[in-house]
Amino acid sequence: MKVLLFGIAKDIIGTSEFEVPSEPKYPSTVLELKDVLVRLFPDFGKLSSFAVAVNNEYASEDVSLHLSDEIAIIPPVSGG
Amino acid sequence: MYIEIVDEIDTAQVYKDLSDAGSGGICVFVGAVREFTNNEAVVSLEFETYKSMALKEMEKIAAEAIEKWQLNKVVMRHAVGLKKVEEPVVVVGASSAHRDACFEACRFLIDTLKERVPIWKKEVFSNKSVWVSAHP
Repeated sequence: MKVLLFGIAKDIIGTSEFEVPSEPKYPSTVLELKDVLVRLFPDFGKLSSFAVAVNNEYASEDVSLHLSDEIAIIPPVSGG
Repeated sequence: MYIEIVDEIDTAQVYKDLSDAGSGGICVFVGAVREFTNNEAVVSLEFETYKSMALKEMEKIAAEAIEKWQLNKVVMRHAVGLKKVEEPVVVVGASSAHRDACFEACRFLIDTLKERVPIWKKEVFSNKSVWVSAHP
């Protein structure tokens, strides 16, 4: 399962695309993905917040994830 | 509507984009690079985006504004890459029959862009760089 990274999320992991480990199993929801990221990279827990986008839409924590989805980590936005 | 992520903002273009026979009012907001943040001199700003989603979010915001204020035309254009002090980084605007609608819509366009559109800004100082709003 691949996730796209931007802004500070890219700096935390050190790459613009991260392959989420398949063991013990792929995260099945947005919430599970966020938990995996915070466990593997504790710096995610220090952010003001971070969201997940699934197929170019903000996704709430109960949204299911599939291997075919385009998944992105959205740290606090700061355009303008 | 004109929704774009660009390398350079051309502020002269926006009047042409918004000008319209049915519009008695055109309102435009331009955001630019400010020299100081909390008394520290900014060397430059670096903007990054998740382009496909950013365009989609901007389209949604523009569509909401058009419906709410009966706008004739809308522009939302944001720059990416390295921007120096005084350079424009974002331009939004709206045209409508009367001025109240385009003033209100213009404020909504920029405020909502800042809240929702996946664009990130890094402030580069002489001795460090900081992703804006990343930490509490």
